[in-house]
Amino acid sequence: MATSKTLQDQNVRSVISVIVINESSVLARVSGLFAGRGYNIESLTVAPIPNSQTSRITIVTNGNIRTIEQITKQLHKLIPVYKVIEHQEMVEKEMVLVKFPLTENLSDISALCTAYNGGIVNVGAQMCITMITDEPSRVRHFIEATQRFHPLEIVRGGVVALEI
Amino acid sequence: MKMSGAQMVCEAIIAEGVKTVFGYPGGAIMHVYDEIFKQGSFEHILTRHEQAAVHAADGYARATGEVGVAMVTSGPGFTNAVTGLATAYMDSIAMVVISGQVPLSLIGTDGFQEIDAVGISRPCTKHNYLVRSLEDLPRILKEAFYIARSGRPGPVLVDIPKDITVDIGEFVYPQSVSIPSYKPIYKGNKRQIEKAVEAIKKAKKPLLYIGGGVVLSNAYELIRELAFKTQIPAVETLMARGVMGAENPLLLGMLGMHGNYASNMAMSETDLIISFGARFDDRVTGKLSEFAKYAEVIHIDIDPANIAKLVDVDYPIVGDVTEVVKEMLSMLDGINTDRYKVWREILRRYEDLHPLSYIDSDEVLKPQWIIERVGELVGEKAIITSDVGQHQMWAAQHYPFDRPRQWINSGGLGTMGFGFPAAMGVKRAFPEKIVINVTGDGSILMNVQELVTASEYKIPVINLILNNQFLGMVRQWQSFFYEKRFSETDLSFQPNWKLLAEACGGIGYDVTTKAQFDIALQDAISQNRVCFMNVAINRFENVLPMVPSGGALFNMMLPPKAENKGEK
Ligand SMILES: Cc1ncc(C[n+]2csc(CCOP(=O)(O)OP(=O)(O)O)c2C)c(N)n1
Repeated sequence: MATSKTLQDQNVRSVISVIVINESSVLARVSGLFAGRGYNIESLTVAPIPNSQTSRITIVTNGNIRTIEQITKQLHKLIPVYKVIEHQEMVEKEMVLVKFPLTENLSDISALCTAYNGGIVNVGAQMCITMITDEPSRVRHFIEATQRFHPLEIVRGGVVALEI
Repeated sequence: MKMSGAQMVCEAIIAEGVKTVFGYPGGAIMHVYDEIFKQGSFEHILTRHEQAAVHAADGYARATGEVGVAMVTSGPGFTNAVTGLATAYMDSIAMVVISGQVPLSLIGTDGFQEIDAVGISRPCTKHNYLVRSLEDLPRILKEAFYIARSGRPGPVLVDIPKDITVDIGEFVYPQSVSIPSYKPIYKGNKRQIEKAVEAIKKAKKPLLYIGGGVVLSNAYELIRELAFKTQIPAVETLMARGVMGAENPLLLGMLGMHGNYASNMAMSETDLIISFGARFDDRVTGKLSEFAKYAEVIHIDIDPANIAKLVDVDYPIVGDVTEVVKEMLSMLDGINTDRYKVWREILRRYEDLHPLSYIDSDEVLKPQWIIERVGELVGEKAIITSDVGQHQMWAAQHYPFDRPRQWINSGGLGTMGFGFPAAMGVKRAFPEKIVINVTGDGSILMNVQELVTASEYKIPVINLILNNQFLGMVRQWQSFFYEKRFSETDLSFQPNWKLLAEACGGIGYDVTTKAQFDIALQDAISQNRVCFMNVAINRFENVLPMVPSGGALFNMMLPPKAENKGEK
């Protein structure tokens, strides 16, 4: 029983996909489980899976190894939960929308977005909206880089992932 | 066949073979009660509080192993039932609770007696349903019973809007259930079981750690066989009392916060824990970092989430205890039981060193003596329920339980007020048994209104009140850890127990001596009336041994040595 506690106790980030049967309260069951048992949620996205009776919830969480294991087991115990995938090797993407004032240099903003696989998606009278989709760490860098263009609003979409 | 939703509820209850339903009516559930009035297949017992209805159904379920059923109305009816749901949830008891709800059109409008029942009960049910259309009702009822009793059992709530109970629709009760996302695992992985058996054969100091799952799985005979075949000593949790049988030479006793010395030392020194349906609760383990430091762990549990939740597990086996032990037994032929002989001798010395003991007295009644005396007088003829506190621990420590389901208590949630209604449920299931609720002068008042129910329906349970005029368990902690500041635990303002019982159609006894106790108990058994037996016990008696909360299991406060024989 004596194991190296240090490794056990280290916090790890984990991306978990939960495939659930579509029913009205399933999201409440999942989020309630996290709240009730004191687990963290960094981000949570949910959408129906095409041509099925199921939806996919993608959750980014963190905790020590035992906590992550408990999270997957407790999720699995919920009756409408069909499958729990704790991602190991995956493609992981997140979308971000950022609104800039038109007083900023549009071509610089456009160049920045291009570097992160995105671009300007809307230009209005006083502001423009850009969109990028990239890995979470690169999304963080992108948001840092936007700061000097005085962004008015930033919306992150939350992570989605697929096992490879 | 065409019928109303209310009729469907009754038909499902009948189809599931339920004989007794406990409940309390109100606006939202009235249509169902109207159908209950018309049918003759099951009885309904009107408790005087919804919490008691749910505990009674729970007691019925614990005693029989069948699904208990309770029925309540919306709003306050439901919220009164929540403690009952949580109590059953924590101890994995199979139950279906049916609650009325405001009509669909009013849901979300803060209608009269509307409360979000599925929202409130989500964390304290195995599953719950808000029925949204009549078409779904037969399937949901079928699933509710199936989910409640399968896998790791638990309570299921079915919340039914009033209009759905009125509407007429086609009723076919499904023959079977198919929930693609719910497939409990019963058979353990054979390879894992083989590895576990190898570990048992290699161990020097193995220990059977027996939990409530063994009771739920009806596996006690197999467990006794396993213990006998291997000659490995065993400890029981609070929920498993009776599994090994008090007379079993391999049983060390109960472990944990109020476990006996030998059990806790065995757990501290074992080199292989073989856990059957136990969940390493904090009241069992004490300080986790000091718990069973030298042991490898075999953990058998039907719920994968229980495995490695609190301690690291070397041999995880997901499955029903019954199935797994059957496999194990076939692999243990010819096992060398001498291997564990030294270990057994060490443990025997521990048993002799600090047996479960107390100092008896002729001046004042000792609660331990009372429990032992009940054991001597009625023993296996009785089923014992209990409330929560010192009396519960004394009963668990000192009663000679010889079979599972003979000891019924709220272990996980620790619900004061559980014992009396639970005893009523037990007595309804086993009218020929003597049913005794061991309770305290605090706990009994938490469902005291059930005196009326028990009188009306002639449910003659004996409430044995171990009266210390204190919230005794809290008082004990105050004595030990709060420098005797007895904040709000003195109950010396007391009702007249005898008159209270009599006022409700029951019978009362005031007992202050051993001789009176024997006479009162014999009399109570011969009476066909619910009873309050008010037994004045030593006010400052403590439950010992005790592992102070958060301390290591082997650091016990021990009882004073006495001339008394060692009990298990
Ligand atoms: C509903 C509820 N409220 C509070 C508690 C906390 N509690 C645990 S034991 C106890 C004292 C019980 O007193 P009593 O029923 O007289 O039993 P005794 O300990 O004196 O045997 C209390 C208040 C509880 N377990 N349940």
